[in-house]
Amino acid sequence: MVALIPYITAGDPDLSTTAEALKVLDTCGSDIIELGVPYSDPLADGPVIQAAATRALARGTNLDAILKMLNEVIPQLSCPIALFTYYNPILKRGVEKFIVTVKEVGVHGLVVPDVPLEETELLRREASKHNIELVLLTTPTTPRERMKAIVEATEGFLYLVSSVGVTGARTSVSGKVQSLLQEIKAESSKPVAVGFGISKPEHVAGWGADGVIVGSAVVKILGEAGSPEEGLKELEGFIKSLKSALI
Amino acid sequence: MTKQSTSLSEEKAPADQSAVLRPDSLGRFGKFGGKYVPETLMHALSELETAFQALATDLDFQEELDCILKDYVGRESPLYFAERLTEHYKRANGEGPEIYLKREDLNHTGAHKINNAVGQALLAKRLGKERIIAETGAGQHGVATATVCARFGLKCIIYMGAQDMERQALNVFRMKLLGAEVRAVHSGTATLKDATSEAIRDWVTNVETTHYILGSVAGPHPYPMMVREFHAVIGKETRKQALEKWGGKPDVLVACVGGGSNAMGLFHEFVDDKDVRLIGVEAAGFGLDSGKHAATLTKGEVGVLHGAMSYLLQDDDGQIIEPHSISAGLDYPGVGPEHSFLKDIGRAEYYSITDEEALEAFKRLSRLEGIIPALETSHALAYLEKLCPTLPDGTKVVLNCSGRGDKDVHTAIKHLQV
Repeated sequence: MVALIPYITAGDPDLSTTAEALKVLDTCGSDIIELGVPYSDPLADGPVIQAAATRALARGTNLDAILKMLNEVIPQLSCPIALFTYYNPILKRGVEKFIVTVKEVGVHGLVVPDVPLEETELLRREASKHNIELVLLTTPTTPRERMKAIVEATEGFLYLVSSVGVTGARTSVSGKVQSLLQEIKAESSKPVAVGFGISKPEHVAGWGADGVIVGSAVVKILGEAGSPEEGLKELEGFIKSLKSALI
Repeated sequence: MTKQSTSLSEEKAPADQSAVLRPDSLGRFGKFGGKYVPETLMHALSELETAFQALATDLDFQEELDCILKDYVGRESPLYFAERLTEHYKRANGEGPEIYLKREDLNHTGAHKINNAVGQALLAKRLGKERIIAETGAGQHGVATATVCARFGLKCIIYMGAQDMERQALNVFRMKLLGAEVRAVHSGTATLKDATSEAIRDWVTNVETTHYILGSVAGPHPYPMMVREFHAVIGKETRKQALEKWGGKPDVLVACVGGGSNAMGLFHEFVDDKDVRLIGVEAAGFGLDSGKHAATLTKGEVGVLHGAMSYLLQDDDGQIIEPHSISAGLDYPGVGPEHSFLKDIGRAEYYSITDEEALEAFKRLSRLEGIIPALETSHALAYLEKLCPTLPDGTKVVLNCSGRGDKDVHTAIKHLQV
């Protein structure tokens, strides 16, 4: 079985819908949920997630409100939550304070797309002190030796970026991923989840990945729905179809 | 990855010691700088750093670069004694400083930006990358990049905020005339910061075929170092010209700071000359307390933007605040990491100038010297009003006249009665 890891942006269309969406994702069999903290300058994101972040921020979504929502919702969930956030909001709060706060509300892991291995020292120290898993990313452009170091340092799972590019659904996914997966599997027994550009489970079926991260395709459903209720309903159908394809 | 263990110990090193290596092996100026980018770019940044280091000692490359700087860019640029401006700042007793302008406005394309664009285009050719991307605010860096791409036969795509395209329509036409494709950026606030983010996204997507000519001493390592080195010719010429003109060094250097490339280009040569004052002038927009300014070093807080740790304009949640300046080239919420470092160790001083003060200086230089300066440069010029009355008689002030103001006439018409 391949683990299903959906991503949604907190606060799009609003935080109460995000809370409901987390429950739907959990009920439909998500194995981990990645929750994006909206940021003003999301460098690693394509147009769909950028637009979701812009809408969320325009509605006044902020970290405190997200944490307050998570504090109520996480106890109702059976799957772990990983926060996906850019580094500046973490720095602004203070790395230690940020880690302590997210731990308190029950977050399990952290993905920080603009902090490559060299810059992770402080984050890793604080995260491991407070038992938060810091998930690192490797990509098709990462040289082999560097990839080994990333595999070594990542916690929870290894995030394998499937394409050279930003986030966003693609019709086909780079054939290089399969050989990268083989290389990683030869080095380590850590689970590997593939993300960036994945919108259909058949993209990863048979590759030997342990998990699949689906972001923009999910964000688009919630962002483009006529109403939050319609969005949640469509989300349920989409996640169920993904899940059944992965079993 | 054994190098990473040194990153925090560097922070604790005494300021004078860390000043020896600017930047250190991790691309840090004290705690500032670094490489905060998506993993996809890390290999390209290492490759760029290696290529740059190799070319720094490659005599063929240096010769080619020098030749283009001389015959194409028109270097060296004059160090001009601004006689009537000097006269303007004389006190009642006839005493006052002497003002010299480093005439980067006389370079091909009308600003200092071409120094870096030429250097990076040559570097891209050596890397075998035929597709060039760049961000631009005022359009000066975009024009410089489009120019060198035309000169070297490289494909050129410029990202520009939709709002800036409106403010700088003339430069948009120039870029297109030069054969570049100008892509409007509508995301965020549609200005320089968003154009920079979009250029980085393009680079993340096309990194294998594309070189990103970043236009300031900002961004991830090695850009702040590399862009500084390509502009360091400004300071080197200034030292030589000062020696020829008065047999000494400048006493005070003044330059405007947005990202900070023209200032670093002038300052770098003199950072170790402790008797030379370094003054950077930021944009205070409608005023420092208006919330509408771009005075990053004066009012910002430390954070990470576009790949580097530096001072930034941000809110309580760490979201980037949109800056304001009448000058599109200074309208940026971050600043080059080396400036943050020079500020923190007290080596350079940074002040700010409002839109209104800059417009006055724009007019003043036009009338006193027959030189229409860029609105960016006008910020540095406006600071002379505050600086000159405090300086002893005969103090040699060199101000970087970083660009010409033809591109700003359209903006100035709306504000100035002439």
